[in-house]
Amino acid sequence: MAFDKMELKDIEVWDGNFAAAQALRQAQVDVVAAYPITPSTPIVEGYAKFKSDNYVEGEFVMVESEHAAMSGCIGAAAAGGRVATATSSQGLALMVETLYQASGMRLPIVLNIVNRALAAPLNVNGDHSDMYLCRDSGWIQFDAFSPQGAYDLNFIAFKVSEDHDIRLPAIVNQDGFMTSHTAQGVHTLADDDAFGFVGTFKPMNDMLDFEHPVTHGVQTEEDWHFEHKARQHSDLMLKVSPKIDEVFADFEKLTGRKYSQVECYDIDDADVAVFCLGTSVETAREVAGEMRTKGIKAGVIGLRVIRPFPFEQVQEALKNIKAVAILDRSSPNGAPGAMFNEVCAAMYSHESSPLISGYVYGLGGRDLTKAHLVDLYNELQTNADAGKVTTQLQQFIGVRGPKLSFL
Amino acid sequence: MLEIRWHSRAGQGAVTGAKGLADVISTTGKHVQAFAFYGSAKRGAAMTAYNRVDDKVIMNHEKYMEPDYIFVIDPALVFTSDVTINHKNTTKYIITTHLSKEELIKAQPKLEGKEIYTVDCITIANETIGRPIPNTPMLGAFMKVSGMYDIEFFKESMKRILAKLPPKIVDANMIAIQRAFDEVK
Repeated sequence: MAFDKMELKDIEVWDGNFAAAQALRQAQVDVVAAYPITPSTPIVEGYAKFKSDNYVEGEFVMVESEHAAMSGCIGAAAAGGRVATATSSQGLALMVETLYQASGMRLPIVLNIVNRALAAPLNVNGDHSDMYLCRDSGWIQFDAFSPQGAYDLNFIAFKVSEDHDIRLPAIVNQDGFMTSHTAQGVHTLADDDAFGFVGTFKPMNDMLDFEHPVTHGVQTEEDWHFEHKARQHSDLMLKVSPKIDEVFADFEKLTGRKYSQVECYDIDDADVAVFCLGTSVETAREVAGEMRTKGIKAGVIGLRVIRPFPFEQVQEALKNIKAVAILDRSSPNGAPGAMFNEVCAAMYSHESSPLISGYVYGLGGRDLTKAHLVDLYNELQTNADAGKVTTQLQQFIGVRGPKLSFL
Repeated sequence: MLEIRWHSRAGQGAVTGAKGLADVISTTGKHVQAFAFYGSAKRGAAMTAYNRVDDKVIMNHEKYMEPDYIFVIDPALVFTSDVTINHKNTTKYIITTHLSKEELIKAQPKLEGKEIYTVDCITIANETIGRPIPNTPMLGAFMKVSGMYDIEFFKESMKRILAKLPPKIVDANMIAIQRAFDEVK
């Protein structure tokens, strides 16, 4: 091959952004069309530097906006190449229209979202407002809890997304700053092993195959639109989940690192549990371990796959828990909480359900401390002992001023 | 768990210093974490960076920290920031200053009764690297105060981490690290 390989140590100290950039290099992405925005910029900057230094064979397309960035990715994916980009917050907001185009056109693209608050007020720090903004866009969505996850899930995302039975774009989420700018040890793959896992890109319905002309981006109106959307939903509901399990299993064979759609920690005998996303999962795991030394049977559930929502796996994980807190790192702005609603829907239709309470926390990067989580587990234990939710259903963690609670 | 908080100005290299330290420590089999509070800070704004070191995987992502060591790499920050916030009785301070320890405590009474080490990282950096970038000398001082690693091993490790810089600058950093190691009091 015409490009240079890079020697990596078994463990490199990388932040989440650099880990994702290295994954894009090792996957030998053909086209990155990108527009910079904090905190995701170093991902595409990293790819651009690897390309300039001849560590990757590809094209970096500089565009005038995030809308154009995803449009460029859509064009490149339709032409028939391995495509990726990254964005955050307002950038993602501008990109949303084109996200629906990408998934509707069944184009495999990997988008790294470095989760950040949405203005106003302006804030560059991490929360999950942008993650929820593209919740219904038809993309597969993974969530990393650490730089290691940001690295590994990129390989997994390409492999699931590009599969000819799937052909749907995939998002890899990581927490702004708390993952993207936090350097930790990352177990690396050798270049050949990483590329071998993802595999050579296999085009399908590619526009550059002039022997087999195809049409992309069609208009359907009432006679076909519904069938297309229904088929896309059906594939997300039926095909994607088994494919993700298969790719997780392949990845474990290669690396020994095991991923699950619903990550359960200390759940088997747990009375109380915290259900959350991102770096909070790991902090909660540490606190759960400490609560166990104080006699509280605490566990943690982290959602690794947000879309398709692993409905049955969530039911399975929660069915024997007495009280669970669902944490939403985004303002629901007039509703009980995006994740709270989804988990309630899953448990309402299951024969046994824990007591469920919702918490809004961490907006604009506000710290979730271990002390907050200790209080939370104690509150859940009170609920478990009382056999009912002893507080209002929706509370806020870590916000200044009078205590806020609703419902 | 060993925890360190850096007080710096944006542009003085605290993030690079914290990541460099994490990188060196990681090669010895320990688990590390290095992060910073940025906001939309511009060059010269006061900021903090952090290190965590442990024998087991670090899962704690809270930003709150009661540090074992506090590094102050800009001399004015002991007066304009509260460098003692969230400290413990055992917290050790390594402070960049041209003042003697006694003069420093007299000027900032909050430091009274604390375990304080002083070193003039700014002057050392100016005289060796030719720019007031006090991050690598602070790490030399830390090696002396903590006894964490042999200074020769540490310098060799830093040479690898700084390898993308011109050789002349790398050599100057090695002299700066050694000088701070020798001069910290």
